[in-house]
Amino acid sequence: MSIKGKVWKYGDDVNTDVIFPGKYTYTITDPKEMALHALEDLDPKFAKEVKKEDIIVAGRNFGCGSSREQAATCLKYAGVGAIVAKSFSRIFFRNAINQGLPLVQCKEAAENVSPGEEITIDFEKGELSCKKGVFNFPPLPESVLGILKDGGLIPHIKKILRAEKGE
Amino acid sequence: MGKTFAEKILALKSGKGSVIAGEIVTVSPDIVMSHDNTAAIAKKFNQIGIDKVKHPEKIVIPLDHCVPAATEKYATNHKEIREFIQEQKIENFYDINTGVCHQVLPEKGYVLPGTLILGADSHTTTYGAFGAFSTGIGRSEVASIWATDEIWLRVPETIKINIKGEIPPGIYPKDIILHIIGDLGADGALYRAVEFSGKVIRDMDIGGRMTLCNMAVEMGAKIGYVEPDEKTIQWLTARTNKKYEIIKSDTDAEYEKIIDYDISSLEPQIACPHTVDNVKPVSEVAGTKINQALIGTCTNGRIEDLKITSEILRGKKISNGVRLLVFPASMEVFARAMELGILQELVKSGAVIMNPGCGPCLGAHEGALAPGEVCLSTANRNFKGRMGCKEAEVYLASPATVAISSLYGEITDIRGDLK
Repeated sequence: MSIKGKVWKYGDDVNTDVIFPGKYTYTITDPKEMALHALEDLDPKFAKEVKKEDIIVAGRNFGCGSSREQAATCLKYAGVGAIVAKSFSRIFFRNAINQGLPLVQCKEAAENVSPGEEITIDFEKGELSCKKGVFNFPPLPESVLGILKDGGLIPHIKKILRAEKGE
Repeated sequence: MGKTFAEKILALKSGKGSVIAGEIVTVSPDIVMSHDNTAAIAKKFNQIGIDKVKHPEKIVIPLDHCVPAATEKYATNHKEIREFIQEQKIENFYDINTGVCHQVLPEKGYVLPGTLILGADSHTTTYGAFGAFSTGIGRSEVASIWATDEIWLRVPETIKINIKGEIPPGIYPKDIILHIIGDLGADGALYRAVEFSGKVIRDMDIGGRMTLCNMAVEMGAKIGYVEPDEKTIQWLTARTNKKYEIIKSDTDAEYEKIIDYDISSLEPQIACPHTVDNVKPVSEVAGTKINQALIGTCTNGRIEDLKITSEILRGKKISNGVRLLVFPASMEVFARAMELGILQELVKSGAVIMNPGCGPCLGAHEGALAPGEVCLSTANRNFKGRMGCKEAEVYLASPATVAISSLYGEITDIRGDLK
């Protein structure tokens, strides 16, 4: 699994309310519509200009706040290919993986990547390549990669339950 | 070397003899909570391709986030939930006349020491106040638990926070937790279990302990925890006859860090826009004009909070131009506040008494803000746009600070009126 994309860079503590405002949490149910509001209260340009496989690079504690899964869903459906950060809030980390959105925790890369540049990430090797060089990060465990490869937790569970039933 | 609460309970729930921090375990929760997000979870559950939830008796669903429904869309959402619980024979359902999930679950006896509770809500950490291991998860994970009765969890490292000293007049549990979050930062306890201990905690009532554990997630914690004691047992005895086993950290448990706070000279604390860790002593922000004051939410809508509010407002009128909204956290709290005459007094002071629920905390309804407005709230989050408008500002404080500030129309130091 690897991707190549343009970088959108943000700071520390990007919270779930600026990623996907609470006022939409029960009124918007279509993931494609969620994508139109991605990062609305942080960067209104983002949802209009983001391209498929673009990569978000941020500071510490990305996704802090609410457990709302739409924060991961809206970014996934906006086309985001991966998020690189110094650290992630724990519920967001789980939600992103469960939505099939890969995450990279790598402090050095987050510090050295510039906004707008194109970077490549190889998830199995644990390598991020950018203008300033190649940075390594611990690859995600097999079990987590399995969820990502199946496209998220729901298709993953569906596959497991089918296998158990021998279908 | 002994074990922490987190290690002991996850060893028990995973069926392993012993686990250490950092290990990944598969566990089966005792209770799974969801609220207005249940319809969305049901849709995910249906995608899995099985008909029935595995353990309907473990599922608890209170409606609270937008009650009663504000618009047709919210009403449809509630309707879908009511249909789903019928279909799945889920009996532990609480409709719009019950209250905020984190108040309702303990009141109805679902929260017991030594239980594992997962909820589709970040403030599920609240139940640690009763010695439960409880944390927030996402919608897909709740759907997956409904289907399989399992989830993976990483055993967290534990930070112990000792709170010492004598609580000064005008200082409440909310000030203590805001101070800690301001000091440690929004990621100061990321992925960690946080144990609150010390004399101040032992002296604190259950409501205060709930406030602390509720906000543990605002410093990134996976769980908050207070060791159960006589107060816990007494509180629970009035509500449930279910049996439970208290699980405590060993006295020689290995903590990642032990942090001491002496609160003897703490000032009232205010979390300023737009992050919960942007905490300042009241002296630095006193005089900031407010348009709305909010008492309520899962952080501070309990009977203790309403009592404090009414003691401060008794016989006085709130400032012209301030809207004071009071949301009792549950119908039980609402009824008790009526019995005690608290609601009647608050109305005389100019408050608007709202129905139990989350209210405008997440910007859905019942008191959203306009551009340029300022709200001083007892809630737990003040992120940009949180109360429905990204050009508004939200400050967080204790019920006492919110109450006194509603009298003066500006952020006010409660200690000035205590003499």
